[in-house]
Amino acid sequence: MDCCNQKPIIELTAGEKLCKSHFNDYFETKVFKTIRQFELLDKEEHLGIALSGGKDSLTVLNLLNNLSKQNPKIKISAIAIDEGIHDYRDKTLKTAKEFCDQISIKLNIYSYKKEFGLTLDEMLKILNVKPCTICGIFRRYLLNKKSRELKFTKIATGHNLDDECQSIMMNQMKNNIGASARLGPKVGIVKDEKFIQRIKPLYLCTEKEVTTYAFINGLLDNFTECPNVSRSYRAQIRDMLNQMENKFPGTKYSIVNSFLQTLPMLKEKFKHESIKACVKCKEPSSKDVCNACHYVEKLKIVCEK
Amino acid sequence: MINISVFIDKENKNDKIELNENSLVKDLLNQLNINPVTVIVSRNNELILEDEKLNNNDELKILSVISGG
Repeated sequence: MDCCNQKPIIELTAGEKLCKSHFNDYFETKVFKTIRQFELLDKEEHLGIALSGGKDSLTVLNLLNNLSKQNPKIKISAIAIDEGIHDYRDKTLKTAKEFCDQISIKLNIYSYKKEFGLTLDEMLKILNVKPCTICGIFRRYLLNKKSRELKFTKIATGHNLDDECQSIMMNQMKNNIGASARLGPKVGIVKDEKFIQRIKPLYLCTEKEVTTYAFINGLLDNFTECPNVSRSYRAQIRDMLNQMENKFPGTKYSIVNSFLQTLPMLKEKFKHESIKACVKCKEPSSKDVCNACHYVEKLKIVCEK
Repeated sequence: MINISVFIDKENKNDKIELNENSLVKDLLNQLNINPVTVIVSRNNELILEDEKLNNNDELKILSVISGG
C-alpha cells in the first residue's frame, strides 16, 4: 500500500510503502515517540552523544541536535573513543569531526593509546583475547568515566533495533540473562551516581530504516567495516537473524517487543546486584577489580616479560 | 536480455550483470546472493524498492545497511 502519489523509497515491515517525505516524518516521529514512551530525557539535560562516525550515531546526533534547537534546556555535546584500529577508526572519526564542525557541536575524543598506553591493534598482538570483548570493556569504561568528568547527565548511543535484537539472542544463547537485564532503551538496572545513564533513541528503528534515513539526509558515508568484526559472535547472530527476517518479516520486531514485556521482571530479579568501586581505579564495577583494570594488569604482565 | 552496472559498497567493487528482460531489483539481489534485508538500492541517487523494474544500462548502487563495527 503506497502512502501517496510520490514514488516510494522504502517498504516497511508491515508492508506499507512510504515516499521520501512521509518516511522522514515516520522515522522522526518514531524516534521522538520512543524518547517519550520510555522517558529517555528529563526536562533539563546535558547529553553526550556517543559518536563513532557511522550512520547510527550521526543520525542520533542530527535528531537530538534538532531537538536541542527547539528546547534550549537540552544541551548537546559529542564524545568519541579512538580505539586505535588502523584503517577503520581513523576514517570514521574524520567523518565524525567533519559533521560536528558542520553543526558546531563540540567533539571530545579519548584514545586507548593515551588512556591505557596501547592501541587496540597493539593490545591484540599481546593478548590472546576476542577483539570485541576487550574493545567493548575499554570503550564502555572510558565512555562512562569521561562522560562523568564532562558532567554529561546522560549518554545517547546509536544502538538500533537490530543491535538490541542481536544482544538479546546472544545473551539467550550464552545463558547470560543477567546481561539481558541491563538491556532496554535505558541501559542498566539500578542507578548509581558513578554510572552515567545510557539511552538508545533508535531502539525501535531497524538498521534498514536508519540507513534509509541517513541516505536521504546526507548522513551516509562510504562503507567502512571494522577489521575485527568477522571474528565476532555478534556477526554470526546478525546473519542468522537477517536470514530469519527475510523469510519471516517482523521476526526482529517480535523478539524485541516480547523482550520488552519481560524486561521489567528481569530488572526486578537483578535489582539487588550490588555496584562496588574497583579497588584499583575506583570506577563502578560488579567485582572487586573492574574488567578494564583486570586487562590493564594482564597487558602490563605480558609487556614486562 | 538487459545489462546492468552495479556498485556494491561493502565489497567496493563494480560489476556488470546480465538479466532477463522485465527483471526486478529482487531478481538482481537474488542473482548476487544478497539478502534484501541487509541492503538498500539506489538508481540515480534515488532509492528504489525490490519490486522496481530494471532497465537496460541502469547504473545501481547496492549499499549495506549493516554497521561497520
